[in-house]
Amino acid sequence: MAELDTSGGGKHKGGKVRTKKKATRVDLTAMVDLAFLLITFFILTTTLNKPKAQELIMPDKDDTHQQLPVPETRTMTLLLGAGDRLEWFVGAPGATPPTTIGYGKDQLRKTLVDEDAKIRASHNGQPMIVIVSPSAQSTYKNLVAVMDELNIVDIESRAIVDITPTELGLLKRDGLFK
Amino acid sequence: MPRVKVARKSTAIDMTAMCDVAFLLLTFFILSAKPKTSDPLQAQIPAATVVTVMPEADFSTLEIAHEKVYFNVEGGDVRIKTLEIMGDKYKISFTPEEKTEFSNLESFGVPITSLKSLLAMAPADRDKLNQPGIFVDTTNNNELYDWVHSARLADKYLHDKDLKIGIKGDSQEEYPIFEKVIATLQKQHVDRFNLITAVKTK
Repeated sequence: MAELDTSGGGKHKGGKVRTKKKATRVDLTAMVDLAFLLITFFILTTTLNKPKAQELIMPDKDDTHQQLPVPETRTMTLLLGAGDRLEWFVGAPGATPPTTIGYGKDQLRKTLVDEDAKIRASHNGQPMIVIVSPSAQSTYKNLVAVMDELNIVDIESRAIVDITPTELGLLKRDGLFK
Repeated sequence: MPRVKVARKSTAIDMTAMCDVAFLLLTFFILSAKPKTSDPLQAQIPAATVVTVMPEADFSTLEIAHEKVYFNVEGGDVRIKTLEIMGDKYKISFTPEEKTEFSNLESFGVPITSLKSLLAMAPADRDKLNQPGIFVDTTNNNELYDWVHSARLADKYLHDKDLKIGIKGDSQEEYPIFEKVIATLQKQHVDRFNLITAVKTK
């Protein structure tokens, strides 16, 4: 497809030697091919998706001014155990027997929605407070999953609290902590 | 009857415009391309549905996997300043070459006493090295505390912004190490973290 030089140099008249006029058109096919090849390469290698993150806000440990007493009847405690299982109970530990569930949306999310509705009904529409206590054998994935479910269900009052020996005893009894 | 002849057209097309566009796009993609960051720990991050987009600057990442913590802060200038502050604190002086090398270093996990030997290594050897991770416990004077603190100071000094902290943890990592890292951060009143996650649908 290259353009041939068609411009005549003219006849040699009067002995004057003229240089041939060269065509200014260059064949760009190969260059365009190369350019598109490189474009394709760069499109495929660039990672367009930016990293995403889940926000986690912890209460200030030294700020004791704004701590309000929490009514136990409105509090739900989630104990994260081993083997992707967790236990939950409402109220003080030992007051009601804990229930063992998994992290799936038909288990954890359903429980959260149901309990929140129950507590709102019995406490004049006041929302449920959730305390998350991860044990040493729960994984990071479990914590992220729980926080995500709380975000989905839109439970604002929540806290990550260190697990107590009583709660650890409950997990051990039910085989969620070895 | 004479047949109507279709004039033969030249098959050559003027490609100048196409070539211009192609190179314009090429330039754009080359300039916007970021070199792929090496991920020494290869953490498998968990997924979440409710997420925010992370900033690209004024950001520090703590990578946690295999019970080790690696530290990284974005931006070459912030890295150099962080290293200078750390050097002052631990009475180690770094040469300009080491500082330049450090500004190109992605996340690392060595004690500050062996940082000099890490910087002296060739990048290929560095990838092979099994780094021990940055020491972290629940006291006020662990090295991770100082790294995060220095990075925050450096970012405030250079950009006048509050450094955001991201935690990039492996899904299967057990909780105690996160407890230590979070406690370390809370000691310096960093109460907001970004847990770096993948995105999934509800």
